[in-house]
Amino acid sequence: MPRERKSQARLVQGNEAIVEGALAAGCRFFAGYPITPASEVSEILAYRLPQVGGTFIQMEDEIASLGAVIGASLAGAKSMTATSGPGFSLMQENLGFACVAEVPCVIVNVMRGGPSTGLPTNPSQGDVMQSRWGTHGDHPIIVLAPCSVRDSFDITVKAFNFSERYRTPVIVLTDEVVAHTREKVVLPDPDQIEVLDRIKPTMPPEWYIPYEDTSRGVPPMGIFGDGYRYHVTGLIHDVRGFPTARADEIEPFLNRLFRKISQNFHAIQLVEHYLTEDVEILVIAYGSVARSAKRAVIDARSRGIKAGLLQLITLWPFPRQHVEPLLRRVRVALVPEMNMGQVSREVKRVNEGATRVTTLNRIDGRMITPRQIYERLIRES
Amino acid sequence: MQEITKLVHKYLRHDKKFPHVWCPGCGNGIVLGALIRAIDRLGSSKDEVVLVSGIGCSGRLPVYVDFNTLHTTHGRALTFATGIKLAKPALNVIVVMGDGDATAIGGNHFIHAARRNLDLTAIIINNSIYGMTGGQYSPTTPYGSRATTAPYRNIEHAFSIAELAVTAGAVFVGRGTVYHARLLDQLIEKAIMKRGFGVVEVISHCHTQYGRRNEMGNAVAMMRWQKERGVRIEQAATMSKEELEDKFTVGVLVDRELPIYTDEYDMVRAAAKGKADAELAKHGGQDAVDE
Repeated sequence: MPRERKSQARLVQGNEAIVEGALAAGCRFFAGYPITPASEVSEILAYRLPQVGGTFIQMEDEIASLGAVIGASLAGAKSMTATSGPGFSLMQENLGFACVAEVPCVIVNVMRGGPSTGLPTNPSQGDVMQSRWGTHGDHPIIVLAPCSVRDSFDITVKAFNFSERYRTPVIVLTDEVVAHTREKVVLPDPDQIEVLDRIKPTMPPEWYIPYEDTSRGVPPMGIFGDGYRYHVTGLIHDVRGFPTARADEIEPFLNRLFRKISQNFHAIQLVEHYLTEDVEILVIAYGSVARSAKRAVIDARSRGIKAGLLQLITLWPFPRQHVEPLLRRVRVALVPEMNMGQVSREVKRVNEGATRVTTLNRIDGRMITPRQIYERLIRES
Repeated sequence: MQEITKLVHKYLRHDKKFPHVWCPGCGNGIVLGALIRAIDRLGSSKDEVVLVSGIGCSGRLPVYVDFNTLHTTHGRALTFATGIKLAKPALNVIVVMGDGDATAIGGNHFIHAARRNLDLTAIIINNSIYGMTGGQYSPTTPYGSRATTAPYRNIEHAFSIAELAVTAGAVFVGRGTVYHARLLDQLIEKAIMKRGFGVVEVISHCHTQYGRRNEMGNAVAMMRWQKERGVRIEQAATMSKEELEDKFTVGVLVDRELPIYTDEYDMVRAAAKGKADAELAKHGGQDAVDE
């Protein structure tokens, strides 16, 4: 009998919605290490996973947590971990492994104030660039940012779907405000959610070439124990998975890693438009700030200001196709964020002088309020 | 000899581009041979075996053999193995590490894996040095010896890997050498057979990086050193402290029974399921009907 609860209005916390989304997406393995403000994800999964035949384990640190997650994924389980700043720093090593060995997994990073131990109980958006470039070496990555409790559910499901479909780690980059907000939500019925699974090999094992290029750029993934024996390594490898130093094998491999993401930008790059049809003053925001921004846009509209919001759900790969056309037709673009300007750097990069890009930065461990954004919209109008 | 060669060939990857990366005279091949013989005797199918390694010369060991093989990050092999075992407990998961891999960068993972007692086998090839990176001192480099990062002498004291494993809670711990080949076969076989966390420390040599700098001669001379210094545990019990100075023991250090993690977790699942069913009966009357 399915254990998932029926769709009905409930009071749910952001971290709890991540758990519900993960379970709905088929997550059956979690390894983590206690850290504020992400611990609820561990605590709830420790309770829920064994109920559905899954496995929860608390590891000795975050390095070990992601190691175990990758191992479980190679053995066929949809796997996840959850952490915050200091733990996310420790995960960078194995994050790169998951990229290069193409192992699906989901990493939740509930952003708190940094650097270092920073502000464990305060919100921040300081890990946007770390989530993109934190692990060494050139690599593509998918990073999604939820802005509400319901969003946390939906985006966690999407994160699993992307990770399975593209054989890549996906980072859910949430923040302390979203993670600890409790609000009334209606979570969808499990059978109404689109759940995607990794493509597995169907050919005879002796024909299986584990890292062979396909038109999708994503080779089918053999599962340990299923009869498709192959080699998995963090070294750059040839199509059979064996380490290589040959230039004519290195470049096609790395090109494919990038291509499997870039040829699917249309499916991966998610944004929400709000009143952008006739927008003159555009707000570009993500995470909890996007909710403040939406309120501010509504208030500004009531004063006759043609404000609009572009909420970025996918932060990486940066949704240039969605941002650029808007920048071409607005008078000014405001990028509020709880850091010194990380997404605004990207906006400026794709702007190339098309319009004026201005920022609103808050780094005192407090959330950006609707009023702060509203006041800026008034001033810019 | 022909039989042995045939046996090894049965497990080598024929589509792998040989030669291997190890220096002539390296002990890693002896460990791989012992491992193959043990797996063959135990009758595991190739599909059941997962061979996991970390980084370094030992890290290259899995790539040559036709199992499910995984070459992880430095020191983290046991964490990956933990995930594999938990997701698919039926798999026979064997982890090969080096001394720096298992007890320096992976030291924390090593003691916690031993404490948890998952049904894993950890083989640690201890050659007292970081060989692949060029001969830097490791946690098992003897006090007073030389390394590229201890050009005057090593002032740190060495870990005893096997004793560390005993203290951390491993249910089977053996120490062998690449010289004592028969014993090594037996120890690896026992460790794999043992349900729970089994450890085999294999004293090996790196004549290229360690022997050369410490005037210990070539591979043969270093294996002779293992022969002279390695004393059976049973025999050591009859020897005086003076006689045992400069010696190390080989054999089975511990073989005991402790609860296995996956068995315990099965009980957790049963309890969780019971609790969930009770909750459903109490609160979810309508749910139960609709679903």
